[in-house]
Amino acid sequence: MQDFGGAFRVAWQLVLNADADLLDVIWLSLRVSLSAVSLACLVGLPLGAAVAIGRFPGRGAVLVVLNALMGLPPVVVGLLVYLMLSNAGPFGWLQLLYTPTAMIIAQTILITPIVAALSREVIEQLHIEYAEQFRSLCIPPHTAIGALLWDARYSLLTVALAGFGRAVAEVGAVIIVGGNINHLTRVMTTAIALETSKGDLALALALGLVLMGIALAVNAGVMTLRTTATRYAYA
Amino acid sequence: MPDQAVLLGLEAGAARAATSLFPLEVRSLSYAVSGKRLLNDLSLQIGARPVTVVMGPNGAGKSLLLRLLHGLIEPTSGHILWGGRPLTSDLRRRQTMVFQRPVLLRRSVIANVAFALKARGTGSTERCMALLEHVGLETHANKPARRLSGGEQQRLALARALAVEPEVLFLDEPTASLDPSATAAIEGIVTAAHRRGTKIIFVTHNIGQARRLADEVVFLHAGRLVEHEPATKFFTQPSSPESQGYLEGRLVF
Repeated sequence: MQDFGGAFRVAWQLVLNADADLLDVIWLSLRVSLSAVSLACLVGLPLGAAVAIGRFPGRGAVLVVLNALMGLPPVVVGLLVYLMLSNAGPFGWLQLLYTPTAMIIAQTILITPIVAALSREVIEQLHIEYAEQFRSLCIPPHTAIGALLWDARYSLLTVALAGFGRAVAEVGAVIIVGGNINHLTRVMTTAIALETSKGDLALALALGLVLMGIALAVNAGVMTLRTTATRYAYA
Repeated sequence: MPDQAVLLGLEAGAARAATSLFPLEVRSLSYAVSGKRLLNDLSLQIGARPVTVVMGPNGAGKSLLLRLLHGLIEPTSGHILWGGRPLTSDLRRRQTMVFQRPVLLRRSVIANVAFALKARGTGSTERCMALLEHVGLETHANKPARRLSGGEQQRLALARALAVEPEVLFLDEPTASLDPSATAAIEGIVTAAHRRGTKIIFVTHNIGQARRLADEVVFLHAGRLVEHEPATKFFTQPSSPESQGYLEGRLVF
């Protein structure tokens, strides 16, 4: 346990010195995970809203699948994306394996179901409240979906946050499709895994602390936004 | 103020109607949920002009009748004919409903009105402001809608309903949880809309309110139509024991 004190010291030094390697890793982590969250929201939010207000045969099955996909193991997603992008795979010609793009693709697949399933719940609640009014005003479905997404925006921020948390913290998918190449595809989680296996526990722990710091900051930011929104009765 | 009326679009309703929605004819209408008949074999005819007030104790089926007429729910059996035609989305566009608990979007006051206008493919800021002025909310335009008081929220719901220039305005106990002054404000707006030619179908179980507003009364009890009379007759000589009891303030079950 002597490593904890050392880890804090190393972490502070890394942050205070704005260590170039560390900044590289942090920047790539944020870039990959934020891109993945954005893409996942682009697909997952309308999908969740459509399932929330739609009544179609097989809806129950869709819900079960959507909820089950929330628990997709990252390594499995990584493996599937790897198979798709490897030279022998159908998308091998894109030459994307071991690039940040591949990592974004893998994380997007990983968290789109999370965003869709959670937003479905949020939207469905709001829809119960709005449904009759919308029907009375003859609002067409696509307008209704837009309005529900907009009116639930602060709750959906939390949904996006859950997706971001999952993306930035996972290691299995990015290490398989990214390869943990220094200065190219090394993100915080893969760096932590590497430093741990090399035995540099202090550095690994320091990276972990920085990762948790980022997660904390993002959460605090979203919470503040939500509280403000609630105060103004928009949420 | 002709300009204001044009901006409000409130004159348009009657003039625009190429095909009349009236008479509204209800033929042996029934509505059942899992075998339980909540509305039973209801037939009536409603004309274009009078303010129709639907009365009756809780559970009589007043709100259900309103929802069926407006097409929010489908009847189990029977027919609803507006000017001889079944309700289509084109006809539904010419009606709106104000609910007992106003359902307001999580947006500003003016955005709530703009939303309804946009749903009809029209709407300018001036038009929104004119509507808000009409219900006395112009100074609250940029407030979050859900921070308004109960009475203000219901007035906003009315402004939004009037924004779509309805020929028929359904109101489902809109003042049930409001104090007298807020109630008076709502009744004033409803009466003004009626004077401009909008058909009013108003559900209430407040006898005083029914006396103030009604030209004719539809009295329901336990899912059945008990009376459909001109208001003067209903309030002076109610013909059924249920309505007599109700008007005398006895508890009718």
